[in-house]
Amino acid sequence: MTPRRKRLLLVGGILVGVATATTVATFAFRENLSYFYNPTQVTDGAVPRGRSFRVGGLVTKGSLHREPGKLEVRFVVTDLNRDVTVQYAGVLPDLFREGQGIIAHGKLDPSGVFVADEVLAKHDEKYMPPEVAQSLKHKPNAEGGGT
Amino acid sequence: MIPELGHFALVLAFLMALTATFFGLVGAWRGQSAWMAVAPGAVAGQWVFVSLGFACLTYAFITHDFSVVYVAHNSNSQLPLLYRVAGVWGAHEGSLLLWLLILSSWTLAVAYFSGSLPERFRARVLGVLALIGTSFMAFLLWTSSPFARQPMAADGADLNPLLQDPALALHPPMLYAGYVGTSIAFAFAVAALLEGRLDAAWARWTRPWTTTAWLFLTIGIALGSWWAYYVLGWGGWWFWDAVENASFMPWLASTALIHSLAVTEKLGLFKSWTLLLAVFAFSLSLLGTFLVRSGVVVSVHAFASDPSRGIFILALLAFFIIGSLILYAWRAPTLGSDAGFALVSRESFLLINNALLVAAAGVVLIGTLMPMFMDAFGLGKISVGPPFFNVAFLIPMLPLVALVGVGMHAGWKQARLGALQNRFLTLGLAGLALAVLVCWLGFGRAGLLTLLGFAIGAFVCLSAASLPIARWRRGEHLSLGVLGMSVAHLGLGLFTVGVTVAQTYKVERDISLGAGESYTLAGYDFRLVGTRPVTGPNWDGVEATVAIREGAREVTVLHPQKRVYRVQTNPMTQAGIAVGPTRDLFVAMGEDLGAGRWSLRLQYKPFIRFIWLGALTMALGGLLSVGDRRYRRAATSKAAMPAEAALAEGPTRG
Repeated sequence: MTPRRKRLLLVGGILVGVATATTVATFAFRENLSYFYNPTQVTDGAVPRGRSFRVGGLVTKGSLHREPGKLEVRFVVTDLNRDVTVQYAGVLPDLFREGQGIIAHGKLDPSGVFVADEVLAKHDEKYMPPEVAQSLKHKPNAEGGGT
Repeated sequence: MIPELGHFALVLAFLMALTATFFGLVGAWRGQSAWMAVAPGAVAGQWVFVSLGFACLTYAFITHDFSVVYVAHNSNSQLPLLYRVAGVWGAHEGSLLLWLLILSSWTLAVAYFSGSLPERFRARVLGVLALIGTSFMAFLLWTSSPFARQPMAADGADLNPLLQDPALALHPPMLYAGYVGTSIAFAFAVAALLEGRLDAAWARWTRPWTTTAWLFLTIGIALGSWWAYYVLGWGGWWFWDAVENASFMPWLASTALIHSLAVTEKLGLFKSWTLLLAVFAFSLSLLGTFLVRSGVVVSVHAFASDPSRGIFILALLAFFIIGSLILYAWRAPTLGSDAGFALVSRESFLLINNALLVAAAGVVLIGTLMPMFMDAFGLGKISVGPPFFNVAFLIPMLPLVALVGVGMHAGWKQARLGALQNRFLTLGLAGLALAVLVCWLGFGRAGLLTLLGFAIGAFVCLSAASLPIARWRRGEHLSLGVLGMSVAHLGLGLFTVGVTVAQTYKVERDISLGAGESYTLAGYDFRLVGTRPVTGPNWDGVEATVAIREGAREVTVLHPQKRVYRVQTNPMTQAGIAVGPTRDLFVAMGEDLGAGRWSLRLQYKPFIRFIWLGALTMALGGLLSVGDRRYRRAATSKAAMPAEAALAEGPTRG
């Protein structure tokens, strides 16, 4: 084999490898994406059944409920149009507060309660998850929901 | 007065950078020696004035000058001195100033150590570096001056509590030193393209700078990961967050660049590819700056979401990337390498290394940018998280790590790996035996991927260790370069082992505990002894006492805290961690659940220290190879140098 052919072979092999990796990565993409929905889409049934997704909105004031001493907690997330009840058993993030924007990741159970396996809250005062901010945009009084 | 002085100093620094750009680039183009001679002095002036500006801002922080908007937003009269100093780079404006200070320092270092380079080449390198400085100085002055004033505020809004941590005080300077350091390889690449000439001396010149930048980047990323582990309170070490990815992509590209530079130096091959990688690494650094600074991604790092800033950085990004790619397309064909090479040789291993590293960087890039594109084109809002990256990243990385173990023994030009077959077989079997021993017997269970990951990691460790030992036994000279390479690859092996074990055998539980109750996790008994109030300089909090036993043996007592910072009233978790060589035990406080109970997050993290130990070992390897004597002019050995060294030798003056 001439050096040129060897080199072609090597480069070709690498290209095939990279292409394979990219293909597999694309498939991994489809399996592992998680989509965001707002409470209105959730109550309208526009969400996948039996698959994980993310829901976000403001935590309704006074909706946080927990039996004293129990880890399980329930609260209501709203986009000021529709509400979704979220159930979670775990440590809530430091910045979780009523009246503020959060994102929960999990599945919808048959009774319409969102069972979360992860709850994310904003990192600082100025931060509202962008998806939340956008789904609240058309509501003029949305800003008042904070703090 | 002092803030105005600082602002004035920054304006002067901008003018100095502009001067260096003009005289460096235009002087080299017109071949005017007198013009080119201006560049080093102007670059030194740039450094002096940026430092002065930085000192003024630091002074404003230390003296609590709350008439400066930036200080009022990011400091407080109660803030301890260390965090008043670190607070300088705690938000957008100041961290950009730190970015510029580091860029100016790198530029000054290049000016100082480049006296032996051909005049024209040197002027071009300095000109390009000064051009980068000029553009970012303009960005700072026009969109984000840290010295803007307001009526004196009674007190400051305090530094974000998450940032009040020693690791985080160090993380930005280290990371920036690495980020910004990629601009040097870029400047060298652009200068070579302008010159239309690239030889082994060019590569030897660029290598130590690139390696130094790479080692800072490595340490910076490791510090950030360590901080996330114990401050964010989740016990994870890497989240594939867009901002983490922003620092990781330049790291992957720089790693590829270091390796391709080795080939360019030794054999004069891969010239165009090396130049392209230098452009990539710098572009990815700029892209990272854009992602972090523009507010396109939202995370703890995204301080500002001012659209004008985003557009400014995007324009800079477009200018540097498109400009350098056009230059590349125009000039690179003249630099082509003619020589072919053998299929089994170190250079072909390094070529595969480069392809896999670039593929890995591509995977990370796609995953990071995809949500933004999907959103921009109205295809839905998605998040691309660990499930994607963990799979997609592993595909190029696992074969890469395995090949590292073989490739570093391969000789240049034509390797006879057959002669080493026995050694590889022994080391591979030893790695597999270790994997079975630790995973199966130590942890009681092991999947195929776990065994494979561990075996490959262990094989790389053994292979890296055997290289210098074999040379030493044969009585050959062991250069720091070879030693550095072995140490860095040892670090990669340790890292691989750490990630494999930590990801497979970690145990995490969120539980509710009352005083006196206990919970058993991974054979350790965690007992909540009680909680008590505690007070710090600028926070109040609750501290829990958690006693951990393993069977009858008392292991340790941990004191995790839940703090509430007085000014920003944000709660913050300070985890209690029992550090061990083979496992960490981690307790973070959740919240008061009422009825005298607390929610706690308990974690068992085996081998997690190997992850940071591995990263630091890699950085140490980089440090050793930078110290190699062939980079020092005084000690250059003529024998080791390829004949076509047209540029002067060695980057440092002893």
